[in-house]
Amino acid sequence: MNKYIWIAIVILGLLAPFVVYPVFMMKLLCFALFACAFNLLLGYTGLLSFGHAAFFGGASYVTGYLVKSSGLTPELGVLGGTLFAALLGYIVGSLAIRRQGIYFAMVTLALAQIVYFVALKAPFTGGEDGLQGIPRGKLFGLIDLGHAYTIGGSPLGLNLYYFVFVMFCLGFWIIYRTINSPFGQVLKAIRENEPRAVSLGYKVERFKLLAFVISAALAGMAGSLKSLVFQLASLTDVSWHTSGEVVLMTLLGGVGTVLGPLAGAFTVITLQSELSSVGSWITVIIGSIFVICVLLFRRGFVGELGRLLKRSL
Amino acid sequence: MEISFQMVMSQVMLGLNNGVFYAILSLGLAVIFGLLNIVNFAHGALYMLGAYVALLGYTSIGPLLGMPDFHLSYWAALIVAPLVVGAFGIVIERTMLRRLYKFDHLYGLLLTFGLALIIQGVFTNFFNVSGDPYEAKPEILSGVVNLGFMMFPKYRLWVIVISLVVCFGTWYVIERTKLGSYLRAGTENPELVKAFGVNVPLMITLTYGYGVALAAFAGVLAAPIYSVSPVMGSEMIITVFAVVVIGGMGSIMGSIVTGLLLGMVEGFTKVVYAPASSTVIFLIMVIVLLVKPAGLFGKES
Repeated sequence: MNKYIWIAIVILGLLAPFVVYPVFMMKLLCFALFACAFNLLLGYTGLLSFGHAAFFGGASYVTGYLVKSSGLTPELGVLGGTLFAALLGYIVGSLAIRRQGIYFAMVTLALAQIVYFVALKAPFTGGEDGLQGIPRGKLFGLIDLGHAYTIGGSPLGLNLYYFVFVMFCLGFWIIYRTINSPFGQVLKAIRENEPRAVSLGYKVERFKLLAFVISAALAGMAGSLKSLVFQLASLTDVSWHTSGEVVLMTLLGGVGTVLGPLAGAFTVITLQSELSSVGSWITVIIGSIFVICVLLFRRGFVGELGRLLKRSL
Repeated sequence: MEISFQMVMSQVMLGLNNGVFYAILSLGLAVIFGLLNIVNFAHGALYMLGAYVALLGYTSIGPLLGMPDFHLSYWAALIVAPLVVGAFGIVIERTMLRRLYKFDHLYGLLLTFGLALIIQGVFTNFFNVSGDPYEAKPEILSGVVNLGFMMFPKYRLWVIVISLVVCFGTWYVIERTKLGSYLRAGTENPELVKAFGVNVPLMITLTYGYGVALAAFAGVLAAPIYSVSPVMGSEMIITVFAVVVIGGMGSIMGSIVTGLLLGMVEGFTKVVYAPASSTVIFLIMVIVLLVKPAGLFGKES
């Protein structure tokens, strides 16, 4: 990927809130980061986790609790959520990598279900209601993230938007660096041919585990940011529907491409907001996209585009 | 708290009642996985579909066909629902799954996940998520029966008995008959079996059909016990996945025994420490992964 694409992403991101509704844009950034983190695992290590909602949702509960009940500043809340997701990722990862392929997916799904039960039953998660009214607080105790500027007659929450955007860029950069590091090359080797990577002397378990922890931590960061944007941590965030959604975003955009998850998240989030009037038919639509994508379109948008342009995107 | 023998036994029996559902569903998953190498994520949705065939057959099909007096009886539903859902499964296999065999097995999981969303989504639109009661339970299965140590609902006893018959019947056909030997050979080496003139693609189609018919059968059995709801399958399937991870999908008998045992453990947990009963199967999965990663009946790969 050349530097012009980077510059284009940054400029688009900086200008977006003046064109698009900022909350929509922030939701998009959170889910795009979530999908990119997931793609690090599926696209670059070949591991299909069906339980990534546990990290996304778990971190959003932790951030919500830290900010709301302990009165921490938002950056510390996000840090806490991210660290929690990393720790949880270490636990889930070390269990799940004991099995391969389809079993890996089932183990992660089942372990995520434990997190779901905890979120449902634990005394500090608000049960069915979730954590509501999470304050956005003051960044470093100085900048009010809840503040809205009046520009052209309409209020714009730019402080929060740029905070989310900077965090997104940080996460995206970490993923990009990981993919293009020697460590990332080993991950790709494991994806392509695990026995060969073993025979070359790599301790594949440790590589898989570290990839899992990075992926979980960044998925957690996305969830933490989401809880500040919507001021809500809910059961939906930890449910298997969310785990499935992030799989779809990545698949639709293009597994194993840098830009794919961004395109996939954009498509799914746009569909959800455009089609919010159809109510629960949205599940049917999401399911149909899944089926069509798997049957006809396994490379995803960006993968197909990359094939046409004969380069990796 | 005083824990009496009777309390334990009654919960264990109720647990066994859940266990037979785990057993039938994980058996179906194992049969499908053996030959198709895919994990059927739509299994829970098809279990739900089976229950709805029974429910709608009783309440709506008569009026819909202009015969207001016609009600599909429970006994007929036990046959019709597996046939309908099995046929639906055959269509799925022929039109969709078939195209994916040459790709990574994970695509099969993703495709069936999409199908599960579609089926569940459609039913969520037309039916109440909190569920509808199925009221066609036959008179002969109502009431309780004295087991000596406790009074047990007749219907639940029937479910346990018929499920065990179906499970062990399936095991017998696969492990002890000529047809089953073709199946097992197809699992080991489909190319070789093809060379002997066996129609393997047909065998695969029918296997998938049978696997999902089992799920629908379980759905009909469940209808009079639990309320019939669009989410009954998705709640079930994740637990069944954990059962399958614990038992390993390599063995037919393994998946039956694991399902039964875990149901009883779940029931037992209800007596000892009720809040843990919904997670105990997942916790056992964690322990099994730590101690014997390939699963209780799995082969080390």
